[in-house]
Amino acid sequence: MSTAHAAGETHQPVFVGPTRAQLEALFPKYPTKQSVLLPALWLVQEARGWISEGALHEVAEVLGLTPAYVKGVVTFYTMYHTHPVGRHFIQVCTTSPCNICGAEEVTKAFLRHTGCGELGATSPDGRFTVIEVECLGACGFATPVLIDDDFVEGVTPERVAGILQGYK
Amino acid sequence: MGYPHPSHAGEHPVLSKHFGDAGARTFDGWVKRGGYEGLKKALGMTRDQVVEEVKASGLRGRGGAGFPTGMKWSFMPKEVVKPHYLVCNADESEPGTFKDREIIRWTPHQLIEGCAIGAHAIGAERIYIYIRGEFTHEHRILLAAVDEAYKGGALGANVFGSGRRIDVVVHRGAGAYICGEETAMMNSIEGKRGNPRIKPPFPAVAGLWACPTTINNVETLAAAGHILRQGGAWYKGLCRGNPKSTGTKLFSVCGHVQRPGNYEVVMGTSMKELIYDMCGGMRPGRTLKAVIPGGSSVPIMTPAEVEDCLLDYEGVVAKGSMLGSGGMIVMDDSTDLVYQVMRLARFYAHESCAQCTQCREGTAWTTRILEKILAGKGRREDLDLLLDLADNMTGKTICVLSDSCAAPVVSAIRKFPAEFDAYISREKQPVMVTA
Ligand SMILES: Cc1cc2nc3c(=O)[nH]c(=O)nc-3n(C[C@H](O)[C@H](O)[C@H](O)COP(=O)(O)O)c2cc1C
Ligand code: SF4
Ligand code: FES
Repeated sequence: MSTAHAAGETHQPVFVGPTRAQLEALFPKYPTKQSVLLPALWLVQEARGWISEGALHEVAEVLGLTPAYVKGVVTFYTMYHTHPVGRHFIQVCTTSPCNICGAEEVTKAFLRHTGCGELGATSPDGRFTVIEVECLGACGFATPVLIDDDFVEGVTPERVAGILQGYK
Repeated sequence: MGYPHPSHAGEHPVLSKHFGDAGARTFDGWVKRGGYEGLKKALGMTRDQVVEEVKASGLRGRGGAGFPTGMKWSFMPKEVVKPHYLVCNADESEPGTFKDREIIRWTPHQLIEGCAIGAHAIGAERIYIYIRGEFTHEHRILLAAVDEAYKGGALGANVFGSGRRIDVVVHRGAGAYICGEETAMMNSIEGKRGNPRIKPPFPAVAGLWACPTTINNVETLAAAGHILRQGGAWYKGLCRGNPKSTGTKLFSVCGHVQRPGNYEVVMGTSMKELIYDMCGGMRPGRTLKAVIPGGSSVPIMTPAEVEDCLLDYEGVVAKGSMLGSGGMIVMDDSTDLVYQVMRLARFYAHESCAQCTQCREGTAWTTRILEKILAGKGRREDLDLLLDLADNMTGKTICVLSDSCAAPVVSAIRKFPAEFDAYISREKQPVMVTA
């Protein structure tokens, strides 16, 4: 089965095979289907890297919600990507506690070494996207950076080039 | 202990005793260190007895508001007509706060044990632990620990043979500071946008899925295990003379100190001792300029206010601020306070859920005015405008995010007027503000 959506592309269903099983395992944990929305969106993002219009429709369908409702929720939360991002997604904390410890210099170093140029843009080789985020809850380890699912503490501009080598 | 630094003699490690010790992370490791004794004891007591023990300890909520935990638990209906729920707040996104993360990453069973005790005390069978999406590593640790706790009999249909059912569901957030607010968190668990709800009804009456619900912070619940194990009277004895603030508290200290980290001290310890003795004070050649003591949502303190401030709920209020979450942001004389206050205002503007006009407009407008002042285009009247705006943002909205934005702005203008004057009089070079 594939669902056609607004942009005319075909959407390959996410909730098949093991991902379907993961979704099914969530239902007994909540008294309503709607409550499975956030974990279901995480499953989509883990499988596809972002949440496309087609995936959004599929989630709505399996949970018995309207696509407009799902879109309203997806856009509320900053960690769900509604556009494709680079292969590695880099989030640098620049809120005050990290800011006073030099976080903006760390951000600049990431922009420089990845070739992204500006915040939110993807590098020409498709490898990286860099964004600034608000407090990551690790302020004593300035500057913390979240690269995909890896939480890196104590990042300084000097460490950036070395850290990036681990992400091809 | 002052993780990641060695313990200091001024500390009193209870919750943080095993930080840095990976052996404490497993079920067996936790049991070996005396873990789950508190839960076993609680299961042999009635709901009321557990609540009384926690009341006797004087424990107050560590999430920010300092509400007495035993009293909060006693608000839950005695008869379980609809299901009762416990929600554990592991959203930890208040700038300056990073203590709950440490509890989860080193001692996940300490939290699970506390959660199970809380569930028993309020008549709940199910606990939702809401962990912020960015805590990827802690999320994995917690899931593994929950698995182990089921296998070890600390969770499930018959917890430690008591006949009591207690289940834990770990629910992952997805990036929204406001979901740390209790009613926003409930909406988020229900699969909705994280908008705070109008109160009343209070969660104990109608919380998750309109059922009676209690919500507690990670550190609060972790403390419950120790209180049950060693007794409420023992916990209450941990204080330095003020019986309204008892027990130990984890302080996350960050910013310009030599040894940032999590320090656990007895309530009533001096702030100066924490900043200078334990954290090593400022870097060489630097002096203290300001401290935001309770996470970024509270008024800024001057060095004079820090001087003889005692670290407990009343002590910090007496010095013009609040203990909040215990996230201390220390700033030395290299700090541009106007810039940092702008960054904080921008944080709140970014995180406002936009339901209330005063908050949605106020946080954005405050940020723009501060940016304008930084850019060298400020006028004296702008400060009055900021104060006026702050007045309109305080005490008038569904939740206190709006007040939280106003607090640092107002206190900075009142206590550090020279910082603003320097930009307004063009004495100081304008700053390029990147958004
Ligand atoms: C905007 C906002 C954000 C909050 N964020 C958190 C948070 O990240 N963690 C937390 O424990 N409490 C947070 N709180 C406080 C909670 O609403 C709630 O009071 C707390 O979890 C209750 O637990 P306690 O009684 O154990 O402190 C926040 C409150 C507000 C208004
Ligand atoms: S005060 Fe702000 S964050 Fe709180 S409910 Fe109103 S708009 Fe939302
Ligand atoms: S301010 Fe950077 S992690 Fe908290």
